[in-house]
Amino acid sequence: MNKVYNNRAWWLILPMLLLVAFSAIIPLMTVVNYSVQDVFDANTRFFTGTEWFREMLNDPALHAALLRQFAFSLTVLAIEVPLGIGIALIMPKKGWQASAVLILVTMPLLIPWNVVGSIWQIFTRGDIGLMGWSLRELGYGYNITASPVDAWATIILMDVWHWTPLIALLCYSGLRSIPDAYYQAARIDRASKWSVFRYIQLPKLTNVLVIGVLLRFMHSFMIYAEPFVLTGGGPGNSTTFLSQSLTTMAIGQQDLGPSAAFSLIYFLIILLVSWVFYTAIMNMQKDHKNEEA
Amino acid sequence: MTKAMPTTPEAVRKRAAAADAKRRRQARPVSRQWRRRTLMTAYILFVLLPVYWLLNMSFQSNTEILGGLTLWPEAFTLEHYAKIFTDPNWYMGYVNSITYVMMNMVISLAVALPAAYAFSRYQFIGDKHLFFWLLTNLMAPPAVFLLPYFQLYYTVGLFDTHIAVALAHCLFNIPLAVWILEGFMSGVPKEIDETAFIDGYSFPKFFVKIFIPMISSGIGVTLFFLFMFSWVELLLASTLTSTGAQPIASVMTQTKGASGIDWGTLAAAGTLTILPGIVVVYFVRNHIAKGFALGRT
Repeated sequence: MNKVYNNRAWWLILPMLLLVAFSAIIPLMTVVNYSVQDVFDANTRFFTGTEWFREMLNDPALHAALLRQFAFSLTVLAIEVPLGIGIALIMPKKGWQASAVLILVTMPLLIPWNVVGSIWQIFTRGDIGLMGWSLRELGYGYNITASPVDAWATIILMDVWHWTPLIALLCYSGLRSIPDAYYQAARIDRASKWSVFRYIQLPKLTNVLVIGVLLRFMHSFMIYAEPFVLTGGGPGNSTTFLSQSLTTMAIGQQDLGPSAAFSLIYFLIILLVSWVFYTAIMNMQKDHKNEEA
Repeated sequence: MTKAMPTTPEAVRKRAAAADAKRRRQARPVSRQWRRRTLMTAYILFVLLPVYWLLNMSFQSNTEILGGLTLWPEAFTLEHYAKIFTDPNWYMGYVNSITYVMMNMVISLAVALPAAYAFSRYQFIGDKHLFFWLLTNLMAPPAVFLLPYFQLYYTVGLFDTHIAVALAHCLFNIPLAVWILEGFMSGVPKEIDETAFIDGYSFPKFFVKIFIPMISSGIGVTLFFLFMFSWVELLLASTLTSTGAQPIASVMTQTKGASGIDWGTLAAAGTLTILPGIVVVYFVRNHIAKGFALGRT
């Protein structure tokens, strides 16, 4: 669309800008302020420069949390994206079944995050949970409070349960926008099921998948409430992800300076990865278009 | 192609349609449809099973829950629900949650509508940078903002009020609303604006009378997303409140009593947090497909 150049459009933006500035810029400035100072009390504080940043970047506990965070995010993406596409392909497209399936599939997305944790806590307990009890009856010594492997597997299963619907719904909406004529043309050409997917459906899904993968990466990188309720970060530190390390440091230990520095590093990592991913995808699409042209 | 088949577009289309109908009868064997249905059913079961377990437990007494595993409530009881609906500590949690979610939806939509219109129709100094900066707010971990929010709202005297949580949730909901609405608005041809202005509509009148009705499904979907992200968030909501505006999600953490966790009440409270979501999805079910692509398919 040809947009008109008009700086008066700023007036339309202004109310939004003021509000977001209040809830984003002021707090962020507070964080920056803390990150370069050592605060003892309201009147005693020292300028420390980059000391907190250096300390945080060299903290082995945080390196471990960061590694766990990446391992977790990549694992859930690797499971949820293909599974979501698969579910979108088999979701019914019309009739009452379509509405019913749509509502059921969306349901996990609308449950408060700590309730998701509670649901899985109840579901996986060895004594009163269906899954925990069944696994034990089958002879597997399932115990998420003692075995890191069980805890990890459960958290990943929980995340798949919770967030695969997002990918599935995004893809479903992408698939719905393909005109019937495309499929008819494919049938006349006797295209195989795989080539229909590869050359008709997948290209239509690229846009929504970019949104889906970005959202999933961001959200999985900020995960807090679900593992906190389910495992509390344990056993040991094996399921302590970045958000939980940060809240423990900021609220639990009241280490304002270090936790502020940690916050900024954390935020920058998410921005950087999202930006790299986004640019890479956009360049790939551009190359692809140039080849076709 | 054999012989002289007519190649007028009409005839080709007819043939294609006939081949199509034939294939639909033959080429999709019953077995494949069944495989599809089985897989779908399996996934739905996977989604429902943990929720069923929660529901099951909410109808059992605590002695039955701890007494051994039962696949359905043998002594059906509503005591946990009765407790939630009679104890103001519990039911006010729901009222508080719904209050701040509604406030957030109204505020976010009110400021996002004009902003999204500006982004979809005009170029201005810094528009791209501003849009990118907005999106970066979606990437900000709530944990980062925890402490500064607490101090900020405490200083301005808004701590433990509904509006504090509503404003805090604007951090991610306003950018989201602008992003979705911009997609829907870009789908409306610009000629409509121009014609309306030629017809003598003023901007506010055009916006309310003509433009908003045209993107009503987009607005519905946006409200759905605003509801969703404000309803499910807990970390900021529970940090910014203590007793006056406590969300239900943080009331639930109080079920850990001296005598262990009150599983039945926890399950009943959890079940009740799922219901508003289902009601909301039901209303937007016909637009959700387009909405999830953020109006960009």
